[in-house]
Amino acid sequence: MIRRLILAATTALLLAAPADVQAQSKELLLFNWTNYMPPALLKRFEAETGIKVTLDTYDTNESMLAKLQAGGSGYDLVVPTGPTVKQMIHDGLLLKSDVQSMPNYKNIRAPFDKPEFDPAREYSAPYMWGTTGIAYDTAIAKEKLTDSWKEIFEPRPEFAGKLAMLSDMGEVFAAAAFYLGFDRCTDNPEQGQAILELLQRQKPAVKVYSASGTVDRMASGEVAMHQAWNGAFHRAQAKRATLAYIYPREGTNLWADNFVIPKGARNIDNAKLFINFMLDPKNAGEASNFTGYNNTITGSEALLTDALKADAAVNTPANMMGRLNLSRECPKTNLDLREKVWTRLQR
Amino acid sequence: MKPALRRAVLLGPATLWIGLFLVLPLTLMAYVSTLERGPSGGVLWDRHSADAYLQFLFERDLMDRLVLNTDYLHIFARSILLAGVTTLLTLAVGFPTALWMAFQSERLRLVLVFVVTVPFWTNILVRNYAWMLILRTGGTLDWLLTALHLPGPPLEILYTPWATGIGLTYSFLPYMILPIFVSLEKIDRRLIEAAYDLGADRWRVLARVILPLTAPGLAGGAILVFIPGLGAFISPELLGGAKSMMIGGLIQQQFGQSRNWPFGAALAFVLLAMVLLALWAHALRYRRERADE
Repeated sequence: MIRRLILAATTALLLAAPADVQAQSKELLLFNWTNYMPPALLKRFEAETGIKVTLDTYDTNESMLAKLQAGGSGYDLVVPTGPTVKQMIHDGLLLKSDVQSMPNYKNIRAPFDKPEFDPAREYSAPYMWGTTGIAYDTAIAKEKLTDSWKEIFEPRPEFAGKLAMLSDMGEVFAAAAFYLGFDRCTDNPEQGQAILELLQRQKPAVKVYSASGTVDRMASGEVAMHQAWNGAFHRAQAKRATLAYIYPREGTNLWADNFVIPKGARNIDNAKLFINFMLDPKNAGEASNFTGYNNTITGSEALLTDALKADAAVNTPANMMGRLNLSRECPKTNLDLREKVWTRLQR
Repeated sequence: MKPALRRAVLLGPATLWIGLFLVLPLTLMAYVSTLERGPSGGVLWDRHSADAYLQFLFERDLMDRLVLNTDYLHIFARSILLAGVTTLLTLAVGFPTALWMAFQSERLRLVLVFVVTVPFWTNILVRNYAWMLILRTGGTLDWLLTALHLPGPPLEILYTPWATGIGLTYSFLPYMILPIFVSLEKIDRRLIEAAYDLGADRWRVLARVILPLTAPGLAGGAILVFIPGLGAFISPELLGGAKSMMIGGLIQQQFGQSRNWPFGAALAFVLLAMVLLALWAHALRYRRERADE
């Protein structure tokens, strides 16, 4: 009898074992923007869950998409900006992540719980949001700069040759469109030509086009002006106090990045576990303190550093809110136009 | 074993290798270059179009007419120029280095060859980042010049074509030194002694004896530097500040940000065709010279 019991138990164990192993894969492949997640937080997630996180990075939505569409990347979690989320849903590149049923869903602050690109939060969960503006060194400026894109597109002599633009064709095109008073999604060839001419006139004054290493480039004084995301500015300013941030009056980009699970992900449960982990106020606060960007989680405010709370570049003052334009999905005709402009600029 | 079978078996591995790693990928790329681009990246596998090749020279204007577009020709011309300059620079630095190396004692020669190949042990990306730290404003070079009380700093070299040139020359130098060194090493030393005995001075020995005998090494080095130089991507991107595109960056952009695979594949084939034509022309000339002798 006992022998038979042992036999049965062993058989059951053997049968159960493979299924168990499958359910508990201990890996997570995270594909995120460069310098956008505190390593200490990933360590803590690993310690709490026993899941090993592998981090890989990209510097534009487009290059992330290119890598996903090439196939076989095996990423479990990527962090696209709103319009890109919409496009990925439309193209059938995403798996539903059921963020609404997660325990920490309740922490998402309105209006981020019902964004235009994914109204029911079926596919995506918010991470950070921020703005694109101009960061410059007040120690270099001979007088106070105006709050216009003009300062970077038609720079004063002291900034010529010392300014950097993001190597993100969407951001550069949008900034030029705002300055010239065009729609940022324009597909009008004449407006495209005007944007190209503006960028070509600016080019001799540009030292480098780059969307990675921006914090260090500003902090080291390698450039005196940078088209910059506000969190990068915040982190650079901590090292170089004379830096200042401009919300251009012609309008600028307000963007929000989101966690999504791409099709082809192998560790879906772990990805969901990670999303829920990041919706926790404590973790979101820690991430904000590292990235310098605002998050969307209620209850994380108290955990933010004083410097972050006090920075008007991060906590946009009410009178600047009108200048922010939520980024949206542009039609394909616009993507073609801005690509043409970008290539001709660099020819 | 029958001779025919024997031949098949012996040729098998090499054929398989070439087929699997050369012909198959190239055929796939050639096929992709004739396809239509997918609406949001990728390709439509069943829709053919010559758009990718037309796009290299033409674009559609407002009236939907095809007009000449020289953007890509500019980028190709710049790449050829920069690859050419890199070849000349590596030659200028590489030939004297190889000459000096070849006339050392055998033990020292081994050590020197080893030293030349040391940079290969680290990733090219890391080496380019190192150059960024050296060349950037307030970087190592500026610091050194200041410490030595020399005029100059800040030099502002990083993110200029100079920086790209320095990066490319540095990256490709070993490819120039090694083939030249091999040619030099093989020269019969008695020929040089004979030239001296017959009254030639150092320059004449170099010009009339050493240089002609190292011609194959020089040609090999030039090809090994020029062709990869055409497709160089990392140095222009990191050290040149991504201001002026090169062929490598253009192709990378088509498969990356622009997600235009057919055009990227077509560009790669235009480049391949140009390189093959150049090599063919070189081979023809070489053969004719041989025939003249």
